[in-house]
Amino acid sequence: MTVLDSRIPDGPLETKWENHKFNMRLVAPGNKRKFDIIVVGTGLAGASAAATLGELGYNVKAFTFHDSPRRAHSISAQGGINAAKSYHGDGDSVFRLFYDTVKGGDYRSREANVYRLADVSNNIIDQCVAQGVPFAREYGGFLDNRSFGGAQVARTFYARGQTGQQLLIGAYQALERQVALKTVEMHTDSEMLDVVVVDGKAAGIIVRNLKTGEISRHSAHAVVLATGGYSNVFYLSTNAMTCNVTAAWRAHRKGAYFGNPCYTQIHPTAIPSNDEFQSKLTLMSESLRNDGRIWVPNDPDETRAAADIPEEDRDYYLERKYPSYGNLAPRDISSRAAKVVVDEGRGIGPLKNGVYLDFAAAIERLGRDTVAERYSNLFEMYERITGENPFETPMRIYPAVHYTMGGLWVDYHLQTTVAGLFALGEANFSDHGANRLGASALMQGLADGYFVLPYTIGDYLAPLLGESKVDTSAAEFDTAEAEVRGRIDQFLSIKGTRSVDWFHRELGKIMWDYCGMERTREGLEKALSEIPALRDEFYADVRILGSGDTLNSSLEKAGRVADFFELGELMCRDALVREESCGGHFRAEHQTDDGEAQRDDSNFAHVTAWEWTGHPSTPNEHREKLEFSTLELAQRSYK
Amino acid sequence: MNLTLRVWRQAGPDVPGRFETYEAKNISVDSSFLEMLDTVNEELIDKNEEPIEFMHDCREGICGTCGIMINGQAHGPQAQTSTCQLHMRVFNDGDELILEPWRASGFPVVKDLVVDRSAFDQIIQAGGFITVSTGSAPDANLQPIPKETADIAMDAAACIGCGACVAACPNGAAQLFTSAKLMHLNVLPQGQAERYQRTEGMVEVMEEFFGSCTNMGECEAACPKGISIDFIAAMNRDYRKAKFRNRRSA
Repeated sequence: MTVLDSRIPDGPLETKWENHKFNMRLVAPGNKRKFDIIVVGTGLAGASAAATLGELGYNVKAFTFHDSPRRAHSISAQGGINAAKSYHGDGDSVFRLFYDTVKGGDYRSREANVYRLADVSNNIIDQCVAQGVPFAREYGGFLDNRSFGGAQVARTFYARGQTGQQLLIGAYQALERQVALKTVEMHTDSEMLDVVVVDGKAAGIIVRNLKTGEISRHSAHAVVLATGGYSNVFYLSTNAMTCNVTAAWRAHRKGAYFGNPCYTQIHPTAIPSNDEFQSKLTLMSESLRNDGRIWVPNDPDETRAAADIPEEDRDYYLERKYPSYGNLAPRDISSRAAKVVVDEGRGIGPLKNGVYLDFAAAIERLGRDTVAERYSNLFEMYERITGENPFETPMRIYPAVHYTMGGLWVDYHLQTTVAGLFALGEANFSDHGANRLGASALMQGLADGYFVLPYTIGDYLAPLLGESKVDTSAAEFDTAEAEVRGRIDQFLSIKGTRSVDWFHRELGKIMWDYCGMERTREGLEKALSEIPALRDEFYADVRILGSGDTLNSSLEKAGRVADFFELGELMCRDALVREESCGGHFRAEHQTDDGEAQRDDSNFAHVTAWEWTGHPSTPNEHREKLEFSTLELAQRSYK
Repeated sequence: MNLTLRVWRQAGPDVPGRFETYEAKNISVDSSFLEMLDTVNEELIDKNEEPIEFMHDCREGICGTCGIMINGQAHGPQAQTSTCQLHMRVFNDGDELILEPWRASGFPVVKDLVVDRSAFDQIIQAGGFITVSTGSAPDANLQPIPKETADIAMDAAACIGCGACVAACPNGAAQLFTSAKLMHLNVLPQGQAERYQRTEGMVEVMEEFFGSCTNMGECEAACPKGISIDFIAAMNRDYRKAKFRNRRSA
């Protein structure tokens, strides 16, 4: 076990980043065009990074497996983006955003990173407004805010229920501007299937064109991965269908350590599943908890319709257990509280697998028009899916996997353990610790892409001035391409009996049962024996029809599910060795008397980073100790 | 419920396609349209037949990836609903559904129900942005924007770029998409500096790929986000102004 160097600069927390920007090496404007950079992924982090690097004058090649860079899953974020603007004078500050984020993450993130994130949050809002992002405004023309879970201030900027889309369109338009200026070469329908590492440095990638099947090689001085999270390891999640871990996992297999893989966020407000054939879960924005009240009946045998149940027979359990935060308790806490009442048999709906999110009080207090103004698009979406109108009857909600705080381990420069390989946004193990607060994912993606990487990558590139990039005819590219082709041929030649989706669903059930909202030693050990067995079956019995030289979505999925098998095993192993509960990681063995997460700061105030050793069952564990010099470690309380 | 599907199958861009008939059996009325197709595909794989390729991703009606012509209607029968948000309860047991890819010469077929919409990205490249280098922006509240203006910009910006407007248009025109993207920026104070170059650039690239608008209004009816054709009128007005202004300043 080695101790990892996070390269956090010295000096007071408030000035670390400012001073570090001065201390880092620069690439002069005229020299930037001598460097090639590959950016994989065009969500908020990737598009903002590629656009900014292009503006700075680097030669950028951007890759997305979507048909357009605008389709990345960042687009689905509904609620908003946090920033410490304190436009409403309600006591917000950079320090408070920093404090809320570290506390919300259950003290499992780096102080220095989180402070930097809070610090640049304000620049993000300025940048987005200048790009034309149509944030909600008040009648005076100034920006409006709302509040989100885990905060007692209103610091969330939003654009109806489509904040992610609007921010992504802003970054996408900035990116397309660079494409037109020819500083960025855009590769759509292009899935990265391997990273090429030469002499310990990232040298390029291998890519498959999803529409033609063509395999190509691309080299550069640095490679940036902004390829999102891995919630789809659970099969059912709120992630888009194609979200996957392949780019990050292939990088992991080439030497990039994987940080805190077990940290998974279960979002409290998704629409409960209906049946076995459901393909995904749909999120209802956390912003609904601003005005909606969450409750279940007191009586497990309740049969009356929601509206007919009188107040005294209802349990507003979040307001009861967490009076100061109420319905805006953080996501991990709200999710677990929902699980508790459903496990008690008090769940609602035909399958008794949900809780009510009720707007009756808000409609009475604010009027139907105001409620419609705030949430109409979410209400319509809900009605389309369930056939029920939330103005008339309360929404039914239940927690669903939504985001992964774990990811590729990166240092303060966002560099992985492979030199020249950087990871941004949800793809890195990130600034959210063991639990992410609402409206902070958009903030982190854009912070990494617009305001962090463009500085830190210069420090890596500056000493390489004059060195040419590795030629794509190098032996390492030959080997990587042969491996990629070999894998495709392998999948197509199995000719088994079951579809890729069947295996994915089975894996998802194991992950949800044993590595979901509540984890136990016994369950995790069971998962660790079941996953490799299912993986072996997959390689013996999967059926993929068609060929590798046309659009073939079964083939694409096969590669992604194969990587989910290996990741899923690592997640369970990580959850097993972390003998404490923190944030989204709840080990049933470690809880307080009233059922809250019980951290063990003396033994687990560290990041666990896993090294690939050649087989998915034998990774090496490494640790990065988390130092808290500004904040005092405290038992989280939202009471 | 049970349905009969007649589905357009085409192995690649350069080979002729044909309709194939499939039975969708025991479909739950609560399932989504795409989950129904998932079920049909699982059965095809079981029978050793290649599954139907279709476009989809978020399945929440926001990424704009999905799009199927269902009985001749882009995104099917339900108003303001993308294909992925369509649920089987809007259909009846025993229905026959004809599924085709987006039909427009600007969107060539890639395979089965999948088309190439890259022309939309090229329209954006022709000016669909506000030039602002990262880090150079002033404070976000420096310039108040009337709520009405911000709301109009948001109405236009709600476009998800799915292409239903083009598919629904008898002329294969992309006016609704282009005008939504254009007017989102043209109505905002930040968008004024480049307003007329943007307008001319985007409209002219649009015309390279797509047909002409004859005010049929099919686009608005098909749009899953309910974007109004008023934006097309606004675009036409700006385009005329742009032709005069850009000539004068040239």
